[in-house]
Amino acid sequence: MPKRDRLVALAAGFVCVACPALAADIRIACYSDGNECPSQKEMSAQFMKENPDVNVIIDEVPYSAILQSLPVQLAAGNGPDIGRITAFGTLEPYFLDMSPYLKDAAYWNKEFGKQLAWLRNGAQDQGIYGLPTQTTVTAAIVNKSLFEQANVPLPGPGASWDDWAAAVDKVAKATKLPYGMAWDRSGHRFAGPAISYGAKFFKPDGTPDVIDDGFKTMAGKFLAWAKDGTIDKDVWVSSSGGGYRDAFSEFQNGQIVLYYSGSWQLRRLIDQIGDGFDWAVVGNPCGPAACTGMPGGASFVAFKETKNPEAVARYLDWFAQPQRYAELMSRTGNIPAHEGLRADGTVKYDLSPAGTAAMQGFVAAAAKLSPAAYRLEGYKYNFQIFNPTAARLSEAIAGQITLDQAFARIAQDVADALATAAKK
Amino acid sequence: MLAARRGRSGWDWTDWASHFYLLLGVALMFGPVLWLFVSSVKTQAALDTFPPTFLPWEQKQATLPGHAGALPVFQIMAGDRAGQSLVQIRRIGLEAQLASPDDPAKIARVPISQLRPELRLHASWSNYTDLLRKFDFGLYFLNSVFITVVATVLTLLVNSMAAFALSKYRFKGREPVFLVMLATLTIPPTIVLVPNYLIASALGLTNSLWGVIFPAVATPTGVFMLRQYMLTLPDEILEAARMDNASEWRIYWRIVLPLSAPALAVLAIFSVMWRWNDFLWPMVVLSRSDVFTLPIALFSFQGDLQTQWQYLLAMTACTLLPVTLIFVFLQRYVTQGVASVGVK
Amino acid sequence: MGAGFHRPAALGTLIARALGLLYGAVMGLPERPMRAAQARMRGGRLGWLFVAPNLLVFGVFTFLPIVIDFWYALTGGAQLLPQDRPYVGAENFRSLLACANYLDPTSCERDLFWYGVWNTLKFVAIQVTLMIVFSLLTALVLNRRIVGRGFYRAAFFYPVLLSPVVVALIWKWILQRNGILNATIQGAGGNGVNWLVDADWAFFWSIFVSIWAHMGFYTLILLAGLQAIPADIYEAAEMDAASPWRRFRRLTLPLLTPSLVVVFILGMIRAVQIFDEVYVLTGGGPGTATVYLVQFIYQTGFAAGVRQYGLAAAGSLLLAAALLLFTLLQLRGLKRGAP
Repeated sequence: MPKRDRLVALAAGFVCVACPALAADIRIACYSDGNECPSQKEMSAQFMKENPDVNVIIDEVPYSAILQSLPVQLAAGNGPDIGRITAFGTLEPYFLDMSPYLKDAAYWNKEFGKQLAWLRNGAQDQGIYGLPTQTTVTAAIVNKSLFEQANVPLPGPGASWDDWAAAVDKVAKATKLPYGMAWDRSGHRFAGPAISYGAKFFKPDGTPDVIDDGFKTMAGKFLAWAKDGTIDKDVWVSSSGGGYRDAFSEFQNGQIVLYYSGSWQLRRLIDQIGDGFDWAVVGNPCGPAACTGMPGGASFVAFKETKNPEAVARYLDWFAQPQRYAELMSRTGNIPAHEGLRADGTVKYDLSPAGTAAMQGFVAAAAKLSPAAYRLEGYKYNFQIFNPTAARLSEAIAGQITLDQAFARIAQDVADALATAAKK
Repeated sequence: MLAARRGRSGWDWTDWASHFYLLLGVALMFGPVLWLFVSSVKTQAALDTFPPTFLPWEQKQATLPGHAGALPVFQIMAGDRAGQSLVQIRRIGLEAQLASPDDPAKIARVPISQLRPELRLHASWSNYTDLLRKFDFGLYFLNSVFITVVATVLTLLVNSMAAFALSKYRFKGREPVFLVMLATLTIPPTIVLVPNYLIASALGLTNSLWGVIFPAVATPTGVFMLRQYMLTLPDEILEAARMDNASEWRIYWRIVLPLSAPALAVLAIFSVMWRWNDFLWPMVVLSRSDVFTLPIALFSFQGDLQTQWQYLLAMTACTLLPVTLIFVFLQRYVTQGVASVGVK
Repeated sequence: MGAGFHRPAALGTLIARALGLLYGAVMGLPERPMRAAQARMRGGRLGWLFVAPNLLVFGVFTFLPIVIDFWYALTGGAQLLPQDRPYVGAENFRSLLACANYLDPTSCERDLFWYGVWNTLKFVAIQVTLMIVFSLLTALVLNRRIVGRGFYRAAFFYPVLLSPVVVALIWKWILQRNGILNATIQGAGGNGVNWLVDADWAFFWSIFVSIWAHMGFYTLILLAGLQAIPADIYEAAEMDAASPWRRFRRLTLPLLTPSLVVVFILGMIRAVQIFDEVYVLTGGGPGTATVYLVQFIYQTGFAAGVRQYGLAAAGSLLLAAALLLFTLLQLRGLKRGAP
């Protein structure tokens, strides 16, 4: 934005502060995984007390509304001012660059830089489009009690997915369980292990190239595990398309030994398993290339259509300050996307001992994420890779198509989506 | 009638078979809903127990002096403490530490394989109260009621006017109009969702309850049903009224509408049911929580990453209850009405 | 309305009277303008005035969207606003119909569409047949002089009032791996089945649940048809000592044909449009075993990140055209058959 515009914007901001009678409404479309929206609401009350010229309204909506209705609303010009969203790429044309309105853009870039990049359109783009509400990381969670019962030692750090598969299979057989492990039905979950086994997902020039040797290796293993009962194939087969399904209840019931999910399950692990059995976060098993999972996390994104860009930026900036951000994290039980807070452990969580250990496990897993994982998560059309992965691998597991057909279809689906998106 | 009871010989085998068939049907129709209601007052733990129990059993809890909070109670099944019921303090691996409330200092170490949770009957209404506490139930309920009532009244009015014209007037284009209306039955609502949103947006109907109401008031089913019914009303009544110099509008609302009451009642009930159950369209057209309907508000707890059955079941029960109540009180009129209107 | 308000209670009468007054006051309002219009419009042309509100709403919220759908079908890209979309001609239709072997969806460019086509055809054939059989059977049983007939009739109708999402959640809860059905089977010594993960079972349950949810409506229509058959026809037949089966085939079935045709057409339209129930119940899985056409349209045009409105609109137009054609053929057949 040219300097003059910035001045105008700033001036407009001052004018508005000077005349609080013209209260600016900020509407936020928010969905919760746990208690994110209620916490946001409570803290927003404090913000409004300090900023009487801004009126914040938080609409709690189903996640499906974010996924399906929000894009239509934005396209028709009826969108909210801010939205909590996860799939960034396709909404990118509607984002508002807040940097002209921020007092200290450098602070944002320093602390939230890694996730801010996910909202940007390419490396040249330096805009600040939103505030990450958390960092999530995928990781394996195991039922330690079952290991003890089966008298099988936990594989140590550095153990590969093959080692883990063999171990959980042994435990499942000894404890008479039908399956050793379960992965959430999601291409995002699959991507971490695939990268560990050498998948790159992109050509050197940055264009997507999903089907490479690493991807094929992991897909082959996955299919073999699904066939021999190491992995609970029902979770994947029980739906079609890219639809998400988790396997939490199977893990909670002690039906599986290892559950591959992520840090967002922390609250449920603590609240719903409690000390029903001993469980632990073991991070991401290794492959020849890495020991990585996938990062993730929703963001509060500002939308261009807003009539009060300054107020929107002020609101999000208020939450981005270390103390308040830490409070938000502690209320929601999320891992901060704020580098400083994550490193120095300022955020105090009120967790059980198992919960605290698990939180440390997730934070440790986040530290080990590979650059390839970040690149994939930051890719604009990553969901157009994840969804066909889940859909086509499920069809292969269900026996409808061969693995090679699945590879061909994934490549075709990705190319098709990109071509559609590129058509102007 | 076909195999109507002959009366003389009392019950023959066809009566037994009929009753068996009908009772089976009743069990099949009500059983699943009953199971849903019973399940909706179970705790998460009880929901996850397999095999499930019919009634909502829950593990008994007790407090132990010197320990914070409520702790689970177990019955000991084997060993020298068999038969005792103790409170579990903590569980370490395969062994649990338990104590009796009378003697909290004496800690017993028992392998968990010898423990069985002690159960009590307990309806977990918190599934509902948790849900209702989280939002403004009254507002969403009123929104839903407003949409349902206004849309139903307008549906009855608009559809009956069309049906009146299509059944009692001869005008050029009557047949095509009727056929085209019927043809819209073949359009699945899902496929006009996006264009409809663009239109609603252009008309300024988004985030307004009217945005849900207006598109719904012209239903092909309603026009069809009412027209078929009005065709059976004799034209002589209309002619007699015209002799008395009644206007056409007066004939419509003073004579034809009251005579069509059974058909209108059926359409009213269908309309109430459609509007109350509507989900996809309201979710698209309403994005502000102050105009949400009950189903959308209830499903706003569905996050990206998890399904929580205990809430899902309670939500389902919440949306189901009003329809069920209406049905219980009005079932006679509903079923008789549908039967009388169904085919004429 | 109707008999419902005949309550002896004074309050009831009061409310009824108040409603009556309100009705009179509101409906009397357009009296004058309508009379004026009547004076100008001769003959049946006044009819247009009565259909106008309905046509207006239909025009704006049904026909206009279909016109927009046509434009979507002829354009490409992921843009939502019609004016932003580039024209691609028949490309979307070509892509949907490009197939090496129509019987093998994996050989098609849009395999999901063809899974949808074949699954839907299979579903319609089986579901509509079974639905008619069970509705007819139930209606015949309910047509007997049986104790508690009103209650039974209501019981079969109850699921019709439930929303598709609720129906699906109810059954999902029963059919899940740790659900009560498996518990019952295992309690009886059998082996549980993972109902919604086995392709054949999932297909079966999608049919079962949709019949469960809708058969009450069709039963009532058929029951009304049965009750409209004059009793003396049967008495005559009984005197001829015709067997019950013979009476059913020779008398009941032909006289019931109009009702059966209505049930058939309505049932078929709904079966082809099957979506919500099955989508919530099985998500279209396992694999693609229960992916039906409307789900394909919904997923491509509405639920995907990069939305292919063009493909979705083309698919829906093909679907609507097929339905329309079939319905018209049915109606023509009915007209020819009618006396």
